[in-house]
Amino acid sequence: MRKVYLYARFQRFWHWMQALIIFALLFSGMEIHGLFKLMGYEAAFHMHNYFAMGLLVFILLAFFWYITTGDFRQYLTEGNLLDKILMQARYYMNGIFRNEPHPFKKNEISRLNPLQRITYLMLTLVGLPAQIIFGFIYYYFNELVALGMSPGLLEPVAHIHTLLAYLLVGFVIMHIYMTTTGHTLTSNIKAMVTGWEEVEDD
Amino acid sequence: MHKLLMTRFIPVLLFLLITSTATAEVYHHPVDKITKSTADHTKFPQLKKNFKSGPEVTKACLECHTEASRQIHRTKHWTWEVPMKDGKMLGKQHVVNNFCISVEGNEPRCTSCHIGYGWKDKKFDFASQENVDCLACHDGTGTYQKLPAGAGHPAYQTTTQEKKTYKKVDLSHIAQHVQNPDRHNCGSCHFEGGGADAVKHGDLDNTLLKPDHSLDVHMASGKGELNMTCTDCHKTEGHQVPGSRYEPTAYDRHGFDYPLPDDFPTTCSSCHGNAPHSANKKLNDHIDKVACQTCHIPQIAKQRATKMWWDWSKAGKFDDKGKMIVKKDSTGHPTYLTKKGEFRWEKNMPPEYRWFNGQMNYTTFLTTFDDRGIVQINHPDGKAGDPQSRIWPFKVHRGKQPYDTQLKRFVKPKLYGPKGSGAYWSDFSWDKSITAGMENAGLKYSGKYDFIETEMYWPISHMVSPKEEAMGCVECHARGGRLESLGGFYLPGRDVNPFVEIIGFIVIAGTLLGVIGHSIKRYTTQKNMEQEDAG
Repeated sequence: MRKVYLYARFQRFWHWMQALIIFALLFSGMEIHGLFKLMGYEAAFHMHNYFAMGLLVFILLAFFWYITTGDFRQYLTEGNLLDKILMQARYYMNGIFRNEPHPFKKNEISRLNPLQRITYLMLTLVGLPAQIIFGFIYYYFNELVALGMSPGLLEPVAHIHTLLAYLLVGFVIMHIYMTTTGHTLTSNIKAMVTGWEEVEDD
Repeated sequence: MHKLLMTRFIPVLLFLLITSTATAEVYHHPVDKITKSTADHTKFPQLKKNFKSGPEVTKACLECHTEASRQIHRTKHWTWEVPMKDGKMLGKQHVVNNFCISVEGNEPRCTSCHIGYGWKDKKFDFASQENVDCLACHDGTGTYQKLPAGAGHPAYQTTTQEKKTYKKVDLSHIAQHVQNPDRHNCGSCHFEGGGADAVKHGDLDNTLLKPDHSLDVHMASGKGELNMTCTDCHKTEGHQVPGSRYEPTAYDRHGFDYPLPDDFPTTCSSCHGNAPHSANKKLNDHIDKVACQTCHIPQIAKQRATKMWWDWSKAGKFDDKGKMIVKKDSTGHPTYLTKKGEFRWEKNMPPEYRWFNGQMNYTTFLTTFDDRGIVQINHPDGKAGDPQSRIWPFKVHRGKQPYDTQLKRFVKPKLYGPKGSGAYWSDFSWDKSITAGMENAGLKYSGKYDFIETEMYWPISHMVSPKEEAMGCVECHARGGRLESLGGFYLPGRDVNPFVEIIGFIVIAGTLLGVIGHSIKRYTTQKNMEQEDAG
């Protein structure tokens, strides 16, 4: 076993802030959606809007950081991505039960396995931006209608926003569970707190 | 030093302090008779007479206000007639209602609220100038009162009507103390619509004479309150009072009326504009869909119960001794009267909500209707998605009233009149009463009647609550909220798409199950391997 420094300070800060924001958004969003009554619709509405602004700011900040530091290269893959994803998936379906080693070793140069790469890339480039865009269309609906958008779009926009939120809940559950699949049950979470992760020896 | 402070500084400072506040105040002329009017009516010799009747007073008024009656003749307050664009003739003279049903045939009683003298039957002369009642609206003494069944006349001699004594009115004193109408003038009819206080509108009753802050934020009369009067919003010109319910303005897009007024000076936005919420701008996004009244009048009949149900079909029952029955609830409101039937009252309740584009559809005495369900005497036009329509609050008054089962039209029963005239309140025969009423009106009656359930919509605009008491979001943005039954549009917090919810459920439940299954398998295989290693 050895320790590697995987997550820079900004990345950890960004990760936990984004986690907090997404939890706050899911929580307040569910109340707005009428799934429970806790803080009241109006408070939930305000909370949702403030955190939505926060999410937008943090995602832009993250884009800036990834581009300027060149760390976006972590998300690039050489060779056949699909094969690699399947290898990783096969590990989770089979290998993990046989104590097989992880198919891709983590190190300072490559901290993400191919499945993580594609998932996080899709989340950051497609899922969250789409959710943010639909959320903002929802919020600025009157202004957009005044600019010529069809007023009938409110309903589909609201439904897509809700659907994406449910998918995000699914991601969050999966994501949290996956943290337990590291070298030890908590090594992944520790890494995201301290930056240092215990990984298998080469 | 100390002495200097006490004898010089402090007195000077005190003097400056006192005088500075006094001089800092803006100078206003005192509000008295002179600021209010260029004419002191106690100085007119024409008014220092011993008037014998109302029309005599009017003649005196007309000596100076030469065109007043001709202005009045053009108003619906006088004609009780409102021609509509669709050709229907509305106005109090013509409309059906589900209170006392019809004016025609019951004139001397109903016309106690007419701004004229002597409308006791259909021969009334609407061109008469002296029959205009100036004092009903301009009495500044609070002593002018029309008799309940005097065809618009007050008591010229002390009179007893309907078990109440009405003192002789001092016409000369009243004529010398006239004023621009205040709440008490308008209220003497509009607060008592339907025959008594609070019966009809749900948002207009005598509590508005001296309302507190919570009852009506505009009209509240306490210290430091706005104390607005009816004509501050119903800004009258040439005796034309705007803000009629026959052609209401459901959405005033013009907004502020100053500096350029529009035709609708009575709307909320005439003063508040079309973007009045500054703290929470999202509220302004509601303005195209929700009338101000909807959120700002959360409850109606706030302090005095209004009538919600009037069932004429139950009328005409007598007790064992053959006497008329009077039943009252614990608050003293009648729940049964032999003359009128069964009533239900409600106080401080939420109104009902409908989409409304400003068009009211009326069922008149000439309209043939389908008698298989509830008949809407009037109903607001409008629908979700229509840019002209907004969600409005209404008091919906329901009841049962007689109709012609063959012609499928409403009938006009004669209610008020002496014994033998066919009047229901004297003879208690529906057949006679309807026959007499329809004959008087010159309308056909098949001779067969029954009772049908009706509903009537009264748009709500008064009893505006202070903003702290306006409705919160969750009143509507919730399942089972106030707008639960208003369909045709997506309301966040209330509406869901079943497919989205099912997919969401499958995704979340599926992930959870997958994760749980995976972890169990990891745990058990791990255990097995450990055992194998140990073995």
